[in-house]
Amino acid sequence: MDLPSFGHVFQTLLDSRNLFFDAMMLTLQLTVVSIIFGIVIGLFFALLKISNIKILGYISDAYVYLIRGTPLIVQIFILYFGISGIFLIPDFWAAALALAFHNGAYIAEIFRGTIQAVDQGQMEAGRSLGMTKSLAMRRIILPQAFRRSLPPLGNQFIIGLKDSSLAAFISMNELFNVATTLGSNNFDEMTYLIIVAIYYLLLVALLTWVVNSIEKKLAVSDR
Amino acid sequence: MTEKEMIRTNNLNKCFGELHVLKDINITVYESDVVCLIGASGSGKSTLLRCLNYLERKNSGSIVLEGKEVDFKKDSVNEVRQKVGMVFQHFNLFPHMTVLENVIEAPIHVKKIPKAQAVKEAKELLGKVGLDDKMDVYPSKLSGGQKQRVAIARALAMKPDIMLFDEPTSALDPELVGEVLSTMKELAEEGMTMIVVTHEMGFAREVADWIVYMDEGRIIEKANPDDFFTNPKEERTKEFLKTTALK
Ligand SMILES: Nc1ncnc2c1ncn2[C@@H]1O[C@H](COP(=O)(O)OP(=O)(O)OP(=O)(O)O)[C@@H](O)[C@H]1O
Ligand SMILES: [Mg+2]
Repeated sequence: MDLPSFGHVFQTLLDSRNLFFDAMMLTLQLTVVSIIFGIVIGLFFALLKISNIKILGYISDAYVYLIRGTPLIVQIFILYFGISGIFLIPDFWAAALALAFHNGAYIAEIFRGTIQAVDQGQMEAGRSLGMTKSLAMRRIILPQAFRRSLPPLGNQFIIGLKDSSLAAFISMNELFNVATTLGSNNFDEMTYLIIVAIYYLLLVALLTWVVNSIEKKLAVSDR
Repeated sequence: MTEKEMIRTNNLNKCFGELHVLKDINITVYESDVVCLIGASGSGKSTLLRCLNYLERKNSGSIVLEGKEVDFKKDSVNEVRQKVGMVFQHFNLFPHMTVLENVIEAPIHVKKIPKAQAVKEAKELLGKVGLDDKMDVYPSKLSGGQKQRVAIARALAMKPDIMLFDEPTSALDPELVGEVLSTMKELAEEGMTMIVVTHEMGFAREVADWIVYMDEGRIIEKANPDDFFTNPKEERTKEFLKTTALK
């Protein structure tokens, strides 16, 4: 198969922009929703893990093991076919939740590491001022841990964005699905794959920019 | 004159696993007393201070705070801690907050006093430790001596009845030690009850009302500074003073 010419790709990119626009918005929605829920889930399991209660730690370990130990596509299918067999769940939420639980496991590990990396003296200083453990966690430890989490979180966001392409397999019309469909309908797979790669690169650039600006904003105390 | 008893321990014991770190510690500190706790490394000075602030849990014995025995089951440790301020060797300032935010954090979120009032009091305290011009700076921009003075202001903001200092000048460059010691001296002159772990013998001699010498988890000798330095009673104290005099 010959590579399509630059002019052809460019022309197709322009012509298909309306078709891709909706797909891009869906990919973005899937990514943002799954990241936000993933952060909540990740924080929850990270806190379970660092709690002094053993059984909660085991629960957290089990979750991380299950998620990291199985392919994302299997998780998506289980959620899609499994859950929607029991009660009706919109396709979008099946995909978003599967992605959120998947991201959550990795984000839990990120938070666990950065929380534990905050100097012990910080908690002691908070406690010595009369703070409860949870207040010190919320006001002293988590803000510092969160800042250190940003670079690895940014990385996880990019992975999450690309992983959202697997939602194509439960017929979500996100970027990848639209690209393969258009490609086979027009007998021009390569052109559309190149185009979809460009969209992903744009989204990654956007995400990177967002993460970097948050990081800069939070770094004031280092200046 | 009967002095008010601020803190007392009765046969306090603390073990880390097999390691018996505090052995039957009996110590009484009265209002406005400055007690300097000295002793070799590993003798248990930090552990004693940390027990007094419940950062470590005692194994046996009791701690009586202002005439009231503290019971872990009944009393909220967090309330007890508000009466006891602590200053650490490594400052432990909150790096993500400005100097002012460090000082008002606990008054606002623990004591729930209005922000305006907390800010006003914090500014006064920072003025007292000579740092009112650094209010809006982050800790990373301060020298060690300045950090420690902020840490002192932060502890004072909770209006504690007793202040504990664990080697407050040990992490400082020599030329910065003086500013922290003079802040502490002022505090002592204002009548604050203080327990200070220190290797600064000059400070101990000048400011302390009592010197307590610890060795291997026991209190060996308690005396006023003059007697302690010129006329120690215990053999081990004499040995210790010989080694420190050499420094
Ligand atoms: N959390 C801990 N777990 C186990 N052992 C500990 C712990 N904290 C202190 N120890 C041990 O307890 C003993 C007393 O320690 P402590 O820190 O109270 O000594 P110190 O008198 O403050 O010494 P230094 O002058 O070096 O600060 C030491 O042997 C130390 O190793
Ligand atoms: Mg010590």
